[in-house]
Amino acid sequence: MSERHSFGVEPITCHAWNHDKTQLALSLNNQDVHIYEQNKVTNEWKLMHTLSQHELRVTGIDWAPRTNQIVTCSVDRNAYVWRLDSDGKWKPFLAMLRINRAATCVRWSPEENKFAAGTGARLISVSYFEKQNNWWLSKHIKKPIKSTVSCLDWHPNNMLLVVGTSDFKVKVYSVYIKDIEDPAPATSWGSKHVFGTPLAEFHNSSFGGGWVHSVAFSGDGNRICWVAHNSSINIADASNGNISVTSLKTQFLPFNNCMWVRPDSILVAGYSCCPLLFSVNAKNSITFVCKLDSSQKKESGGISAMRKFQSLDRQAKVEVNTSLETIHQNAITCTKIFSGVNGNVAKFSTSGLDGQLVIWDLNLLESSMQNMKIS
Amino acid sequence: MASTLKPYLTAVRHTLSAAICLENFSSQVVERHNKPEVEVRTSKELLLNPVVISRNEKEKVLIEGSINSVRISISVKQADEIEKILCHKFTRFMMMRAENFVVLRRKPVEGYDISFLITNFHTEQMLKHKLVDFVLHFMEEIDKEISEMKLAVNARARICAEEFLKRF
Repeated sequence: MSERHSFGVEPITCHAWNHDKTQLALSLNNQDVHIYEQNKVTNEWKLMHTLSQHELRVTGIDWAPRTNQIVTCSVDRNAYVWRLDSDGKWKPFLAMLRINRAATCVRWSPEENKFAAGTGARLISVSYFEKQNNWWLSKHIKKPIKSTVSCLDWHPNNMLLVVGTSDFKVKVYSVYIKDIEDPAPATSWGSKHVFGTPLAEFHNSSFGGGWVHSVAFSGDGNRICWVAHNSSINIADASNGNISVTSLKTQFLPFNNCMWVRPDSILVAGYSCCPLLFSVNAKNSITFVCKLDSSQKKESGGISAMRKFQSLDRQAKVEVNTSLETIHQNAITCTKIFSGVNGNVAKFSTSGLDGQLVIWDLNLLESSMQNMKIS
Repeated sequence: MASTLKPYLTAVRHTLSAAICLENFSSQVVERHNKPEVEVRTSKELLLNPVVISRNEKEKVLIEGSINSVRISISVKQADEIEKILCHKFTRFMMMRAENFVVLRRKPVEGYDISFLITNFHTEQMLKHKLVDFVLHFMEEIDKEISEMKLAVNARARICAEEFLKRF
């Protein structure tokens, strides 16, 4: 049901898989990105490459599946695009983000011809490759952003971007770049396609509050899901012509990530250390389905008298098992699709502050849990 | 007495576990800096509303949250002069050695006796639920510690007085 992989005690800031999921890029809360490959027989992870070009903590990694390029961004205000050289080494290309604060997140567009980086400079930097000069140029979206951009996601048509910010707002922008591509047909979010046009804007709640932690377009691009610090899950739906927003405040701790695992099921994970499944019906009302982490608290196997007195002697108290019931022992910070596509996920991976990476199999989980029904 | 302690501590525990949901957040005001937002207070959208949980007039906890740090200030019960002195000495002793206590703040917030500052770097190194346990344990222990010290001081004073008065 779930495979556990440990990469030490340091937190895993973010991770990304290559196209066939044989290699894994991750950053252990420092300036380096490590690329691991798993040995099929022994299941051990072997360090293949270390991408060290950044000076400060890496905040985002994304691996383009088709063109096999890695983009990384960091607190040192730079982003690098890495390409595999003919001699088998990853070579960095600096992308001109032109920002003066930390970069917070980075994502390839579906066509993989541009990428967007969210920054603490209250702007979004969309970069594309300029063939004449052989470098990555960027354009900025500045307009009404009042705080750090914490997350972003691409619409499947390669022209729209949704961003979540720490000023409690979610916004949809057109990011059509006329130098490199043809305009796409109008979508349900609007027909304007001048670069940087804000097409929609949502407040996280009517009372204001809640930093937006993660946003995600659904597989067909008609719905947006976002999760925020007020433990809410929200959906904006544009499929019926007009945009409607629904939200559900949950009893759990805030979520850091959200993902569409089916066209009407959302997976969220965060400070509760456990991935949760929610379902969305045709009217966009959100209901809780189940926790995906069914592991039970381990019995400490009968403390022997000697161990009891030893621990009384050393720590002046009887030792009790204080580990959490969940697999992850600390907040989950990153979830990625392991097999499947957006809207139809079979396996996904989570990584967190406890240095663990867990791969979850949704189909196996569904067959083992009675009350779990992924529609 | 004991019956009001439990709900008080439970309320603190729940508030803390919600407040210690921190992330690494680089300053959006100063380039290449990373400062606890609850201390620098430069962007008001990154601060949470402070919460005061009080058991009675004297005993209360102030929890101020932000995106990457949380400040917990505790006001300890001080019934009389001796307890006041003991509490002052005790907290001063610890705050002078704050770096050894990792999450302790060097100065208490005004109106409180002792303050903790928990940042995202602490939640990355330590488990969150253990941090909450630590603060709760501290709150339980400091009351006990002070009343024990008060008893010891009183007992010592009595013995001293007896020895002194024997001569007359």
